[in-house]
Amino acid sequence: MSIRDYVTLRVGGQLFGVDAARVHDVFHPRGLTPVPLSRPEIAGVLNLRGRIVTAVCARQRLALPPREADAPEPLAIGLEVQGDSYGLIIDSVDEVLKLDDERFHAPPGNLPPRWADIIVGVYQLEKELLIVLDPHTLLDAAHLKAA
Amino acid sequence: MIAPVALCHRLKTGCQVDDLIAEFLTETAESLEVVDSELVRFEANPNERKTLDNIFRLVHTIKGTCGFLGLGRLEAVAHAGETLLGRFRDGKLEVTPTAVTLVLHSIDRIKVILAGLESTGLEPDGSDEDLIEQLEAMADGREVAIDAVKAVTVPDRPIAADAEDVVIPEVKPELERTLRPGEVSLEELEAAFMAAEAPDWMNEPVVEEAVAAVAEPVVPAAPSPAANNELNTSLAALSNLAGGGEEGGGITTTQSIRVSVDVLEGLMTLVSEMVLTRNQLLQISRTREDSAFATPLQRLSTLTGELQDSVMKTRMQPIGAAWKKLPRLVRDLSHELGKKIDLVMDGEGTELDRQVLELIRDPLTHMVRNSADHGLESTEERIKLGKPANGTVKLAAFHEGGYIVIRISDNGRGLNTTRIREKVIEKGLASRNEVENMSDQQIHRYIFAPGFSTASAVTNLSGRGVGMDVVRTNIEQIGGQIDLNSVTGQGTTFTIKIPLTLAIVSALIVGAGGQKFAVPQTSVMELVRTGANAEHKIERIEQSLVLRLRDKLLPLVQLSPTLKLGEYDQDETAFVMVIQVGERRYGLVVNDVLDTEEIVVKPLAGILRDVQSFSGATILGDGSVVLILDPNALSEHAGNIMDDKTSEAVEDAHSEAMGQKVAMLLFRAGGGAPKAVELEHITRLEHIESDKIERMDGRAALQYRGRLMPIVNVVDGNGLKENDIQPLLVFTGEGYAMGLAVDEIVDVVEDYLNIELSADHHGVRGTAVVAGRACEILDVEHYQLRGLAEHHRRDHASDLQTVAA
Repeated sequence: MSIRDYVTLRVGGQLFGVDAARVHDVFHPRGLTPVPLSRPEIAGVLNLRGRIVTAVCARQRLALPPREADAPEPLAIGLEVQGDSYGLIIDSVDEVLKLDDERFHAPPGNLPPRWADIIVGVYQLEKELLIVLDPHTLLDAAHLKAA
Repeated sequence: MIAPVALCHRLKTGCQVDDLIAEFLTETAESLEVVDSELVRFEANPNERKTLDNIFRLVHTIKGTCGFLGLGRLEAVAHAGETLLGRFRDGKLEVTPTAVTLVLHSIDRIKVILAGLESTGLEPDGSDEDLIEQLEAMADGREVAIDAVKAVTVPDRPIAADAEDVVIPEVKPELERTLRPGEVSLEELEAAFMAAEAPDWMNEPVVEEAVAAVAEPVVPAAPSPAANNELNTSLAALSNLAGGGEEGGGITTTQSIRVSVDVLEGLMTLVSEMVLTRNQLLQISRTREDSAFATPLQRLSTLTGELQDSVMKTRMQPIGAAWKKLPRLVRDLSHELGKKIDLVMDGEGTELDRQVLELIRDPLTHMVRNSADHGLESTEERIKLGKPANGTVKLAAFHEGGYIVIRISDNGRGLNTTRIREKVIEKGLASRNEVENMSDQQIHRYIFAPGFSTASAVTNLSGRGVGMDVVRTNIEQIGGQIDLNSVTGQGTTFTIKIPLTLAIVSALIVGAGGQKFAVPQTSVMELVRTGANAEHKIERIEQSLVLRLRDKLLPLVQLSPTLKLGEYDQDETAFVMVIQVGERRYGLVVNDVLDTEEIVVKPLAGILRDVQSFSGATILGDGSVVLILDPNALSEHAGNIMDDKTSEAVEDAHSEAMGQKVAMLLFRAGGGAPKAVELEHITRLEHIESDKIERMDGRAALQYRGRLMPIVNVVDGNGLKENDIQPLLVFTGEGYAMGLAVDEIVDVVEDYLNIELSADHHGVRGTAVVAGRACEILDVEHYQLRGLAEHHRRDHASDLQTVAA
C-alpha cells in the first residue's frame, strides 16, 4: 500500500484530482490572448512570469456546460506536457489530499468516450467520488483530435 | 600536448578514463570527416604532398590512440590503412581510384567500429580480416579486386561524445600477439609517437590556461572543424598558441575551448529572457519622464544588446560543417554511376545558427545527391553534346540581409518540362488548360508540390523531384524559401534562402479584428495605406480583393476574415502589407500597424501545432502575449491569383511608349485562342449553376437580382454548360444587365493593350499579346448591344439567332 498526493479541484460541480507532483502552479488565468482558428477547448495563451502558457478550458474539454455568468473568477493549474506549459482552467481548487492506493479503482466501463480517455481512475471518498485526471491525455494534441 | 606517458598514467587512475574515451570519440569523428574530404582531394591531385601528409598524420593518430586505449580491432584496421598510405607517401605505390576506394572502405569500417564503441562501450564483434588482407595486398603491390571488400553502411552520426554511456574496456598495454607486416614494437611506436608532431587538436592548452581564458570576452568562432555535438568557441585572448601542426598546414588554428551545446543553449535562453525583461523595463521608463533610471537603463539596454549579439555568435557555425560529407558522397556517386563529377564549394565559411545548420543538413545532402545523380548527364552523353566531360555540381553560400542564401547548381540537362507537365496533368495537380498557360518556371515548381513525386516518378522523371516536397517543407518550416531555375541543356539551379537565426527576429506588430499579431519583418516588403481618403483603394474582382500598386495587381488576403475575427469594411482605413514569399507576392490587409519590436520566437505548444496560420508566439514589452503570423501559410489564401514573375518579365519587355497598362480578364470560350476583355467593362463575375438558367424560345436568361437577365454566348452555337457551374461575365449599363457565358475564367492580368491583328468577325476587336499569350480582344460594345437588344426584346433577328439554345 502506498499513499499519493492529489490536488483536488472542481469543474462543473464534479470533484477531480491531479497527481500533485504534476501541478507546478495554481494561478488566475488573466491577460489571455485568444488563438484564432484553434479548437474550442483552447482558451488562449498567456504570460505567466515570462513563460508562454497555453490555457485549456476544462469545461470544454470535458464537454460540460460553460460557466455561469456570475460565477467567481476561475483558476488554472499549471501542468507540463511534453515540454510545453499548459494551464488547465477550472472552477476552483480544493485541498491537497493524501490518498491510499487501496481505495483506488479503475474507471468504470460506461463512461462517455471523451471522459474514458482522460481518466486514470476513481477514488471512493466518504462523501463523493474523486475522478483522477491524466494530464497527458487531457492536453495531448493527438488525444484531443480523437475526442 | 598530451604525452603518451601521461596518458598511460591517467588510464590507471580510472576516473578520468571515461572522459578520455569520450574525447577520443569526438575527436576521432572530427578527424575522420577531415580524412574523407582530404582523400577525395588527394585522389584528384595525387601529387599534392601536403594532403597526403595530412591524411597520413590523421590516420596515424587514430591508430596510436586506439593502441593506447586497447582497441585492438580499430588499431588493426587503422594500421593496415596507414601502411598503404605510407607506400603512397614513399612513392612506392601509384595512387589509383581502387586504392583510394579501399582506404575509404577502411575509414568506413573504422566509423562502424566507433559507432559500436559509442553505443556499447566495447568494440563490436566481427572480423576485419577481409579488409586488412586487401589493404596489405594493395600495399604489397598485388592486384586487388575491390568488389571483394564489402562496403559497409556507416551510421549517419557515428559519434556523439556522451561520456556517461562509455564503458572503458580493459587496457592491455602488452602486446599479446606477433607483429603484423609493417608493424613495429610497442617501444618503437611509443618512441615514434613522442617524436611525432601532434595534430592541431592535440595542441590544446592545458586546462588551467583554458579556464583562465574563459573570463575573456567571447568572439566569433573562426571556421574550424567543428564537432558534431560540440562547438568550438574561440577566444580572442589566446591567439595562436597552438602553432598550427604541420608546417604550412592548410587549416588555420584558432585557440578554442570546448563548450557543451547545452551550456550555450542555456545561455541563449537566458539572454532571450533578458532581452524581454529589458523591453519591459524600457516600456515602463517611456511612460515616466525624468526618471533617475533612464541613463543606467539605457546603458543596460545597450549592454544587453551586445551580450545578445555575442551569445548569438557562439551559436554560429560555418556552413561548411554541413558540407563536409558531400565531397565523399559525390565521389562515391561518381564511381557508382560512372560519371565524372566535380564538386565545387564556395563560401564554406559563411556562418549561420547551428540550429538552422542542423535542420538544413539533410535537405542539402539530398539535393546534392539529386543534382549529381539526375541533374547531370552521363559522361558519354556530355561528350556527345559537346559539353565538358566532367559534370559540375556547385554549392555556394553567402549572406544577404538577415538571410543566408545557398545555391545548388549543376550544369546538366535541366528539368524535362514536357514530362513534368504530363505528370502534373496525370496527377491531377492542375488541369490541361491551366498547364498550357503556365510558364516553364511555373511548371518546374511543381516538383515541390506534395504528391508530385512518387515511386513511379523515379523512373519516369529520372528521379528528379523525389522528395522535393519534403525538402521544401523542411526549409519552409524554418522560415526559409526555396526556388529553382532550370534551362534545358544548361542545368538547374536551386536557391534556398534561410534566416540566419530562428531565435530573435524583428517584427511588425499589427492589429486586426481587435487583436494584436506579430509579422516577421523580413517578409514584409512595404506598407501601403488604403481607405476612403487614401491614394490606394482596395478593389474587388468577384470574391477576391486586389490592390492596384504601381500598375500591377496585388492579390490581397484579409487578415481578420481569414482568422475568422470579423468582416472587413471596405471604406475603413486599412494597411496592406506587401509580403514576399518565394516568387509570390501578396498583400495582407490589416486594420492597424502599431509598432516594430525585437521579439523572441517561442514555439507554440503541441496542442496548437495544427493551427497553420501561426509560427509561434512571443511576449511583448507590455507583457502581453501575441501570436506570430506565418506569411507562408497565409499565402495559401492568396493562391487563386498567382502573381507570376514571367508575366512581369513580358511586361518589362514592352516599352512605356505603348501606353498605359490595363487590367484584363483572360477567359476561354469556344476553343481557339484565349480571349481577353478589359476589366473596367465588367461589373461582376458570377458562377451560376447551369440549371438555374432558364431557356425559352431558344433564348437563355437568368433570374438575377430580381430581374431577368439575358445570357449571351460568346461564340455562336457554343452551348451552355449542362449540370455544371456556368461562369458568367456580367455587364451592366443604364437600366439593363446582361450575362456573357464563357467556358472558363483563366486569369486577371495587367498588360499593355496593343491590338496587332484586326478581327475578321463580329464581336472581336482583334488579336493582341497579353501576358505573353496571343488573345482575342472582345468587342464589348458588340455584346452590350446584343444584350440591350435582348433586354428590350426587339427582334433584331440577325443578332438574336446567336443566342444559345
